[in-house]
Amino acid sequence: MAVPAQATPVATPTGSAQSTEPAAGSQLAPAGAFPAAPMGFFTDTTICIGCKACEVACKNWNGLSSDSFTLSGDSYDNTRELNGENWRHVQFIEQFPEDRVGGRWLLMSDVCKHCVHAGCLEVCPTGAIIRTEYDTVVIQADVCNGCRDCIAACPFGVIEINPVSRTAMKCTLCYDRLQSGLEPACSKACPTESIKFGTLEELHGIANERVQQLNAQARDAGQAENAYLYGADDSIVGGLNAFFLLVDQPEVYHLPAHAKLPSKELPTASALGIGGTLGMAALGAVAFRKRRMDGFAEAARDERAAEETGEWEDAR
Amino acid sequence: MTNLLLQVAPPSPTWFTKSPDWGWYIVVYFFLGGIAGGAAFLSGLLDLLGDRLDRRMTRIGYLIALVAIVIGGPLLVIDLTRPERFWHMVWKSDTGGPMFKYYSAISLGIWIILAFVIFVGLAAAASLADIGRFPRWFSTFGEGVLGKIIALGCILTGSALAGYTGLVLSGSNRPLWGDSAWITLLFLLSGISAGGAAMILLGWRQGHPGTVRWIEQMESYSSVLELVVLAIIAATIWSVVRVVWNGAWGAILLFGVGVLGIITPMVLYARPRALGAATIPIAALLVLIGGFLLRAVVILSSEAI
Repeated sequence: MAVPAQATPVATPTGSAQSTEPAAGSQLAPAGAFPAAPMGFFTDTTICIGCKACEVACKNWNGLSSDSFTLSGDSYDNTRELNGENWRHVQFIEQFPEDRVGGRWLLMSDVCKHCVHAGCLEVCPTGAIIRTEYDTVVIQADVCNGCRDCIAACPFGVIEINPVSRTAMKCTLCYDRLQSGLEPACSKACPTESIKFGTLEELHGIANERVQQLNAQARDAGQAENAYLYGADDSIVGGLNAFFLLVDQPEVYHLPAHAKLPSKELPTASALGIGGTLGMAALGAVAFRKRRMDGFAEAARDERAAEETGEWEDAR
Repeated sequence: MTNLLLQVAPPSPTWFTKSPDWGWYIVVYFFLGGIAGGAAFLSGLLDLLGDRLDRRMTRIGYLIALVAIVIGGPLLVIDLTRPERFWHMVWKSDTGGPMFKYYSAISLGIWIILAFVIFVGLAAAASLADIGRFPRWFSTFGEGVLGKIIALGCILTGSALAGYTGLVLSGSNRPLWGDSAWITLLFLLSGISAGGAAMILLGWRQGHPGTVRWIEQMESYSSVLELVVLAIIAATIWSVVRVVWNGAWGAILLFGVGVLGIITPMVLYARPRALGAATIPIAALLVLIGGFLLRAVVILSSEAI
């Protein structure tokens, strides 16, 4: 595992040098760390070349195994999915007609979205999943006990169990590197700056400019203006700290157009459960009353029968 | 031009998620948790609203509840990929103090189980003391105001135990589970049916006939409501259901759960001599089979997506 000896100036999303000095007054951040501010990735899918340097850098820095690697037969995508040991996944989406003329590739380096409202963090019953001072979402491997609720909760199918640690794992947005003033390994390795790292404020500015540029080019060429940002605003689970520039429907990139939080159904489900409890208890009371009335009726019947046969008088 | 496979829009955003690989351990736990919760709920009601003659059956109910949770609870631990860390759900490993998140169904469930074990444990201890199988002074937990409080605790934690298992599913993002809020109510009703069935199966000879009839009545209510809830789920998320419950799952649900586990027992309870002396226990057994199949279908059909 390659571990840089010391913190170095990192490339900002614009390519200029940035100081790694910690922010004055930041009490959470250790010496040399990035200042505590919302940070993330902006992935411009239009300039991804599918080199997978991000995948390699991620595995290298984080010491992730590649034991499950096999050839998939699906384009150049042998990584197949994000999971416990693949925290970056370059998608190869081939959009070609039958005659293979006039088609295109869509390439996208997928990653944990570090949601502003994170489903995984919501459901985690151990407190293993935390939000950091960088507004990123991190699973503490030494706390997770592998209940796997976060796997079912993540709207993007990012998390899975790592076969080595046997705990749920995903991208940490290189929390350890951020705390040393280093940009994440994947964005550092990306040769085209398709993956850009920075503060969300910076990234949103750059992303909006890029969308305008691409749509202006399309307009000039008489083509459809189809570039847009996925997850930059708060329409998808409150916003994504790792957001994307896409040029086709989200589903094409295996992203849900309308992601939802796992807690969405909880209030209604709880209310129905409480209502069901009260309803069944009330029905139980009704059934008791019916039983009592039946008992009275039975006793009255016995009494009448006894009177008619004269047994009542005899009994007295 | 878009890849044809990808042009097919999934019926719900839940299709973009991954399976947590909850398998048979969870199916069996949900089933036993339903029985435990349902038996405690019905026994508590019998204790609170019934009379002295019902006590024979409530003793059986509390013991069933305790045994079911004692067997079922460890399955949850075994299912963890790091079972030795199960206590992280109970105690904060970093700062100390209890680990509780009211908006996490599993976290909620852990505390429901703990509270349930306390109430049902005390009620079961009182039941055993009643029949001389436990020190006599434990009978105190089944008498007077304390007995009523414990019975109320069994009702509340019992229904919570039976229902929260559905809440765990509704509080996820998986196909079917995360698409409907009604699974919680479905599991609660099914738990009450299964708990009542277990009480009848094991106590129909010892229990007072009036008690057995009351439980049959409650099972009929919950069974009818179960069918209604299943119909509501199918109607409200039909686009999801037609994919998830397509083929074998749908057949098991329709015939195994609907016909065998709900409708047939209702008919048998209404005609208690239809199959001779064994009619009632056979009906109860079918309810239990139906309850098990319901959980297997709901959990495993979504896991298969």
